Amino acid sequence: MTETLDTAAKLPTAPDPAPTGKGEKPAKGRSLWSDAWHDLRRNPLFVVSAVLIVLLLAMVAFPSLFTSASPNDADLANHYQGDPHYGHFFAPDWFGYDTQGRSVWARMVYGARASVTVGLLVTLSVTLCGGVVGMVAGYFGGWLDSVLSRITDMFQGIPFLLGSMVVLTTFTDRNVWVVSAALLFLGWTQIARVARGAVITVKQSDFVHAAKSLGASTMRIMFRHIVPNALAPVVVVATTALGGYIAAEATLSYLGIGLAAPAVSWGVDVDTGKDALRTAPHILISPAVMVSLTVLAFIMLGDAVRNALDPKSR
Amino acid sequence: MGRYVARRLLQMIPVFIGSTLLIFCMMYALPGDPVRALYGEKAPDPAQIAAIKHQLGLDLPLWHQYWNYLTGLFQGDFGTQIASQRPVFDVIEQAFPVTIRLTLFAFVFTVVAGILLGLVSGLRADKALDRIVLVFTLLLISVPSFVLGFLFQYLFAFQLGWVTPTVQNSRDLGQLLLPAIVLAALSLAYVTRLTRTSVAENLRADYIRTAIAKGLPRRRVVGVHLLRNSLIPVVTFLGTDIGSLMAGAVVTEGIFNVHGVGNAIFEALNRREGSTVVGIATLIVIVYLVASLLVDLLYAVLDPRIRYD
Repeated sequence: MTETLDTAAKLPTAPDPAPTGKGEKPAKGRSLWSDAWHDLRRNPLFVVSAVLIVLLLAMVAFPSLFTSASPNDADLANHYQGDPHYGHFFAPDWFGYDTQGRSVWARMVYGARASVTVGLLVTLSVTLCGGVVGMVAGYFGGWLDSVLSRITDMFQGIPFLLGSMVVLTTFTDRNVWVVSAALLFLGWTQIARVARGAVITVKQSDFVHAAKSLGASTMRIMFRHIVPNALAPVVVVATTALGGYIAAEATLSYLGIGLAAPAVSWGVDVDTGKDALRTAPHILISPAVMVSLTVLAFIMLGDAVRNALDPKSR
Repeated sequence: MGRYVARRLLQMIPVFIGSTLLIFCMMYALPGDPVRALYGEKAPDPAQIAAIKHQLGLDLPLWHQYWNYLTGLFQGDFGTQIASQRPVFDVIEQAFPVTIRLTLFAFVFTVVAGILLGLVSGLRADKALDRIVLVFTLLLISVPSFVLGFLFQYLFAFQLGWVTPTVQNSRDLGQLLLPAIVLAALSLAYVTRLTRTSVAENLRADYIRTAIAKGLPRRRVVGVHLLRNSLIPVVTFLGTDIGSLMAGAVVTEGIFNVHGVGNAIFEALNRREGSTVVGIATLIVIVYLVASLLVDLLYAVLDPRIRYD
């Protein structure tokens, strides 16, 4: 059974076995997706991550529900009484003030927007771009596959963090869009590889041959037959990667080459907090915990989705 | 075998050229002028700037500049820093050994701890210990390395006083322990998970049942039959991971003030010092390519059925 080793591995780049044909036939009444959804709801990992993600999305959409303070209101008087008051729930001084007298809690809440936006933007665009490249390479094969695979290799050869640093330093005005674009520029290869593998597996199934011999057009075969059946491994990798993109945004902002000052980002806050780490650790630790919780929520979601869509890895 | 290596080496050439060209283009074709930066706030004389650019070959078309760079590279010339006139090779020579040491330290830690943890939890899949290891890896993946670095710094240096907050001597292995653990954390979690899945799956394989039925000692079943086969996906991951470990050193070296490649590249980026960035990135790409070649060759060692003819 060693041949299945690679495919069964939890390796992000390894092509997961495609659930061939399962979504096509209405046998037993449940498709792969509704089956997965059924499994997902019973997974405590999913429930916990879903609660966390709903809370986060609420922070993104309505930050003023969580805090009355504004993240950029700096009152230096607060600097001297900056310690957290863990009893004051949702008050501006719940997690204390930073060295400039801004409410740490308000910044924790408002920082969610940048992180989640970048995470979702990058995941969506990466899935789209990587998916298209992977599908074209996998479906058409031949020289097109060779060329696209070599291009993928070239991008893969550049370390993700290093490459995005280089891209970002060349921009002076960095916002959420620029950071997302930089992460997309280097991040699409992972999905492309997975999608290519999945498409190659699906391409050889009988129903694709059948559709071809019935005279279905290339477009129809691709979108009606291949995409639905090759989607599962791509979704798994994309969900897991989402947490990684959020961590990457925070890391870049921390390094000072991601989002910058007027934008509220947890990475920036960790960077400003590091100078006071000895005397006022809450300034650094509070946003750091937020980043970690957010990444944790999405990684757990990814794990749960993987378990639901790929029962073999259980 | 020899032919396979030769073919792989040939295949590496376009990837190497492509990757370095990409970094080269990013550094040179996008805004930000290193010669202009020499003048700081002062308004420079355009004629002077043109002269400097001509002297450095920066007025040539991009492809020509890249060609010059590539030919220089094969003569061991990584270019020259524009501001300090210092050869980039000098910078690399000074910083690389430190990062290699840090990366190797982290790598060994990843391999030993990751495979051990993965093996232990894979052998007891779905038992309490396995759950604990799973939660542990989940936490390691969730905490970004810069957060982990500061948490460790706060805990071990400021609260417990076991270590100095930053590394005093970058060549001292003992002081590199903490940065290496921080650098290794993410990979450690992935290796643990990969090994666990692989071991748990192979445990059900026929050849393991045969091995047990033959009456082989458990140590041999686990150590030779199970582990060797389970390591293939782990080795794949480790091969591609060395490059990201070296790049990840940017964060770790910054926090702990280790004078390695990461620090050098970060400073160079802030100064728009393109030649240094391209030089170091080229080296990291080479490391990545060589590592992935080694991984392919290791497959044959792990699985004798794989042959390269």
